[in-house]
Amino acid sequence: MSIITKSETPKVADAVAVRSWKLPILLGVLAVFAVVVFVVLGPSGTATFRISQDTDAWQVPNLVVPAKAVGVLVSIICVALAYLAWRQTRDAGKIAKWVVMTFAVVFVVGMMVWIIGGTTTQNITLVGLFSGAMLITTPILFGSMSGVLSERAGVVNIAIEGQLLAGAFTAALVASITGNAYVGLFAAAVAGVLVSVLLALFSIKYVVNQIIVGVVLNVLVSGLTGFLFEKIMKTKVDGLTIYNQPAHLPNISIPLLSEIPIIGPTLFRQSIIGYFMLILVVALWFGLFRTRWGLRVRAVGEHPKAADTVGINVNRTRVLNVLAGGAVAGIGGAYFTLVAVSSFSKDMTGGLGFIALAALIFGRWNPIGAALAALLFGVAGNLQSILSLAGTPIDGQFLAMLPYALTILAVSGFVGRALAPAADGEPYIKE
Amino acid sequence: MAAPNVRCTSRDQYPRRWAKTLKLELRGITKSFGTLVANDHIDLVVESGQIHSLLGENGAGKSTLMNVLYGLYSPSSGQILVDDVPVNFSGPADAMAAGIGMVHQHFMLVPVFTVAENVALGAESTSFGGVLNLAETRRKIREISTQFGFDVDPDALVEDLPVGIQQRVEIIKALVRNSKILILDEPTAVLTPQETDELMDIMGQLKAGGTSIVFISHKLREVKAISDTITVIRRGKVVGSASPDASTTELAELMVGRAVNLTLNKADATPGAETFKINNLTVMNDAGQRLLDDVTLSVSQGEILGIAGVQGNGQTELTEAVLGLHKHVLGSITLDGKELVGKSVRQVLDSGVGFVPEDRQDDGLVGELSIAENLILDLYKSAPYSRAGTLNRAAIAKNAINKVAEFDVRAQSSQDAADTLSGGNQQKVVLARELSRPLKLFIASQPTRGVDVGSIEFLHKRIVAERDAGTPVVIVSTELDEVLELADRIAVLFAGRLMGIVPGKSSRALLGLMMAGLPVAEAQEQMKSQSESGTTEEGAQP
Repeated sequence: MSIITKSETPKVADAVAVRSWKLPILLGVLAVFAVVVFVVLGPSGTATFRISQDTDAWQVPNLVVPAKAVGVLVSIICVALAYLAWRQTRDAGKIAKWVVMTFAVVFVVGMMVWIIGGTTTQNITLVGLFSGAMLITTPILFGSMSGVLSERAGVVNIAIEGQLLAGAFTAALVASITGNAYVGLFAAAVAGVLVSVLLALFSIKYVVNQIIVGVVLNVLVSGLTGFLFEKIMKTKVDGLTIYNQPAHLPNISIPLLSEIPIIGPTLFRQSIIGYFMLILVVALWFGLFRTRWGLRVRAVGEHPKAADTVGINVNRTRVLNVLAGGAVAGIGGAYFTLVAVSSFSKDMTGGLGFIALAALIFGRWNPIGAALAALLFGVAGNLQSILSLAGTPIDGQFLAMLPYALTILAVSGFVGRALAPAADGEPYIKE
Repeated sequence: MAAPNVRCTSRDQYPRRWAKTLKLELRGITKSFGTLVANDHIDLVVESGQIHSLLGENGAGKSTLMNVLYGLYSPSSGQILVDDVPVNFSGPADAMAAGIGMVHQHFMLVPVFTVAENVALGAESTSFGGVLNLAETRRKIREISTQFGFDVDPDALVEDLPVGIQQRVEIIKALVRNSKILILDEPTAVLTPQETDELMDIMGQLKAGGTSIVFISHKLREVKAISDTITVIRRGKVVGSASPDASTTELAELMVGRAVNLTLNKADATPGAETFKINNLTVMNDAGQRLLDDVTLSVSQGEILGIAGVQGNGQTELTEAVLGLHKHVLGSITLDGKELVGKSVRQVLDSGVGFVPEDRQDDGLVGELSIAENLILDLYKSAPYSRAGTLNRAAIAKNAINKVAEFDVRAQSSQDAADTLSGGNQQKVVLARELSRPLKLFIASQPTRGVDVGSIEFLHKRIVAERDAGTPVVIVSTELDEVLELADRIAVLFAGRLMGIVPGKSSRALLGLMMAGLPVAEAQEQMKSQSESGTTEEGAQP
């Protein structure tokens, strides 16, 4: 009955004409930088990467490389890749992914060798680099998982910083009073949920602008914990600040796995929070993309009205996810006071909650992507402290800035068009 | 009205759900939003296995009524009965459990999900621990798809599918949930004439299979073609019912509430010089996709060129490029020999272009400003409306009084905010403003979308008057009827490309083929071969 013969639909998408020269220019500049810095200003001598610790069961020999030679090699590769990128942009309009990836890896290697060759000790412990990075990665990662939970359901969560801080404070206080770190951990989760209750109440029920609510919550938690810190935690009993001496969560080593070079000491000699983190990332990924719960959450975050018309309670889903996010971030906050350091101090989260937000975007709202981004930020942050200890000629303040510069680059340039859930930040109001 | 309603929470209360067919009854449904009464004591009976049309103008309250029926709105008063049992829907889940399915005018599909994920959503089959099992959903989709010849791939991403297929996904969604009554809200608004015929075909099959259908439309031709019963709604009230053999004029009168002249009396065009030319125009988005691809056309003085096409095939980009609203534009646009590409919007307007944007509420008016202020939105800088940077209130008010009278804008006062006006009156304000300057080109996008029939008549007459005054006119409309009514020549766009330009009196079937992506020569070829084999469909001619 139908009289239409399906003609071949002309595709609208022949993306050619608008070329972006941003990337080839960036690569070109970096290649020139490599030539000037790694070769011309490059250190003579060697750079040593220590892979095993003295206590390890298996000893892997140290990696010793001549700094100048590596600098020359790296520069040649960088220049070649930048040229390739320029040609590909000219001919095809876009650059093959492997070119950018290889460039990034080679450049980072060159940078490391140059920096380490330039230090007074001329060596670096890779285990120290990565296991130390976990101190920064863990809170960022928990924070970004809180973000994944809430933003996938369509609620922008700027309050991660506040959730972390509330968790850190509560964990310290409760663990000090009860003398039990696990009770402190649980209390931290509850504190995170309480911050979330406010976020959910104002952004979902009273439809206040979600970004404003988030910012206000951060300030609120900072002020509140600061006040309580002064009033309670600084109180001395018998010369001791007994309300700020939390019991610690012990490290648990997993037999065999903890003996793998680099990975073992980094991932398998952690407290219970660290193992929970590993499980959380995988579970959240599986949950979001393979289960009914995840399908519904994503639908609510993408097209709430569509979800409503098939009988899904949009606002209940959102509230539950925001609350779950609060619990996760609260546990991440507990890491500060129960694992990383031994007491609470004012505003000790130091903006990591915002970096968590960046990791969330860099990881494209995907739990695994966000986890990798958190790891990257952690390593970059820790590299800075290790290098200043190793006596690098570069100014410490400048190095301290690098992870944040990286964050801006990552979030603005390389993510491309951000793939936020379509209804992220849009309240759902039924007529 | 406290009737003993059955509050339904579980499927078990609906044993009849598994019966072949359902009967639906609405009694005295009233729904008000604040002081506005959208539905006023509406009674309606949909017999099982029938196609029941709800006919009414835009804003008559059809969609509100269906949203009440689907549980999205709760009625202010009144009762819904399914198979004579009163029910109370607290949400769409209840309506679905009772066997009611709905295809919304704006599709309720998640663009980044696959077809299977969209169909499964809310009624997922899962294995242990809530793990999705989409295999079962895929099987059901294939089954329904084969049964009705839908040609839907369960693993395709919805955002990659054409609108017509997305609509089928919506129908599958309802069928998978065992809907016995299917509500279709303005389903043909986004379809080509051929796709509309296919949809009618599908509706016939569904009816034969025992599904009742509520078909909501304001298009008389379609309603007459498919319905068993027609109920007409005007201003929130049922004003009558009709059988499908009622004449178009009778239905139109019932719908509008007075005698209407459905055909526009216009003289043949007397084209003058070709003053507006578009040469090899290409418009791209930031990603470099060609939204408009190498379009060449020209319009003469005293001629209306209609641009037809299904929504989103480059019409918006074409008009916006002329006005200077696009960044990535290749090719040339000339008016009276002067190049417009690369000019600012202000310069384009000053060169004598009048423009009615497709979305009057967002782009055509500033809702919070008064009617008088909206009438000088583009003239505020010039005398007599401002002097030395100060607005001349008296001149603005005087202009408003004249324009309101001339364009028959029904308003309490010209100092009222523009968004207090009805759609038709808002459009008159936009038209009044754009036609108040001496023009060398007039472009109107969707000039009568969401406008009542009475105002349509008026707006069309004004547009033709502008043509007769010797202005080249471009009309963009996704309503083929409107293009056929107004245009002296018709250009068809598909996927950003020009399929060809045909005379204004061309057949719907030919235009439909072009709207579906056949270049004019191929479309004519196919028309010829069909008329030879004698399979030209009934009703394919205007």
